[in-house]
Amino acid sequence: MSTPANCRFSETHEWFRQETDGTVTMGITQHAADELTDITFVEMKADGTKITAGGTVGEVESVKTSSEIYIPCAGTVVASNEAAHQDPSLLNSDPYGKGWLVRLSDCDLSKATDLMDAKTYDAKNGH
Amino acid sequence: MSTANLARTPFHHWSAERGARFVDFTGWEMPMSYGSIIDEHHACRSGAAFFDVSHMGRLRITGRHARKFLDRVCTRQIMGMERGTVRYSLVCNERGGVRDDVLVYCYEEDDYMMVVNASNRLKILDWFGSIKARENMTFQMEDVTADTAMAAIQGPKVIDIVGTFSREIPTLKRYRFAEKSLMIAKLTVSRTGYTGEDGVEIVMGSTVAKFVLPMLLREKEGVTAMVRPAGLGARDSLRTEASMPLYGHEITEEIDPLSAGLGFAVKLDKGDVDTREGRFIGQEALLKIKADGVQNSLVGFEVEGRRSARQGMLLYQGGKHVGHVSSGCLSPTLDKVIAMGYVPAAMSAVGTEFELDLGKVKTTAKVVKMPFYNPVRTKTA
Repeated sequence: MSTPANCRFSETHEWFRQETDGTVTMGITQHAADELTDITFVEMKADGTKITAGGTVGEVESVKTSSEIYIPCAGTVVASNEAAHQDPSLLNSDPYGKGWLVRLSDCDLSKATDLMDAKTYDAKNGH
Repeated sequence: MSTANLARTPFHHWSAERGARFVDFTGWEMPMSYGSIIDEHHACRSGAAFFDVSHMGRLRITGRHARKFLDRVCTRQIMGMERGTVRYSLVCNERGGVRDDVLVYCYEEDDYMMVVNASNRLKILDWFGSIKARENMTFQMEDVTADTAMAAIQGPKVIDIVGTFSREIPTLKRYRFAEKSLMIAKLTVSRTGYTGEDGVEIVMGSTVAKFVLPMLLREKEGVTAMVRPAGLGARDSLRTEASMPLYGHEITEEIDPLSAGLGFAVKLDKGDVDTREGRFIGQEALLKIKADGVQNSLVGFEVEGRRSARQGMLLYQGGKHVGHVSSGCLSPTLDKVIAMGYVPAAMSAVGTEFELDLGKVKTTAKVVKMPFYNPVRTKTA
């Protein structure tokens, strides 16, 4: 699956997409999903939770390990993906689509200076 | 992953062509999976799966004192093994702790193969060498790991598939093997495995492995592969469901086989009736453990919730730390979290509940009967 050009990417393998309604959708990258192996558990913070910059929005577990999911700038959870909670394998099969994790409001991506574009992210991760 | 200096098996290229994701497993570059670990797990439970297990150590032990030596290091009785049989055994230290768990193949009265864990191969070779010198025994021990390859083909449909090129293999009972020729290749085919399914394990020369494998898997017979390649990830969840011990998890130098529930593989009266059997290293210590009663026992757990229990997680009762998890996973077959672990023997009854610390949260782990998954019994003639 190609890395979507309309997203920005963190060092810790999360993707972020600015939506037209002002919210930000995020998830984990295909590279992260591949490295984690089959994802078996997803638990995101409840709607309304305010997260500080560098804080965690939740946790995913795979056959191999468990992993925190971070955001690089402050935000408030407005929705999390119930389908991914029910079927964590969506993170492996469609990480940029049906396998999204949370939607954030009050999240200003311009404040996160370390985010990469798709090309840079791919080059860095050997794709 | 840095793959410099890792050993590669004769099937490495075959696996790479099929998209294997490799990991460093005790110095070997081995497939973790070829795609989804869970799909590979289900393929083994419902059809057939191929595992490259060439990293396992294979030692050929032959000569005058071969049998005597094996009876000295194995907890199981080797004397009297029939040709063409395989025995699971522990190799123990003087304290009764497990140095390794192994399979012993009897080719002749003075000709055996021992399959050891990859992680223990060098330790075992070293130790066997010192015993041979110390006890003045005459036999040859050859490490044939690099000269051979080993394939595990496991699943309920394996015998039908393998049966098309050998009429004998489907008649083999569990823990028996046959030597077969396939073209110019000589194969040792045993009805053994580490998945809880029926199936075979096949040892072959490393130089012929490349052409033997596609024949074994009947790759040319259609677009749909009959046997799915599977990696170490699925191998681990399959053996956990079948409650089979993994060295470094359920058994270590500090854990004795009686605590691990492996008493069936320990002949505590070895040498009592027939002195030719000799006594095995660790026997005295194990007799004492048996007489005193084990302190801790390996038990199986069902764990509440969907978070996986993992090795090293602690178990509590009444706020007091009493045990730990040795292995755990979200069981693909049972669709719930299962685990194995050690608790005081007095608390090991089925139904006993423990608090399990998963790190962030706590949950309940309840003792259940093992194995978690009941393998389909082999149907043989």
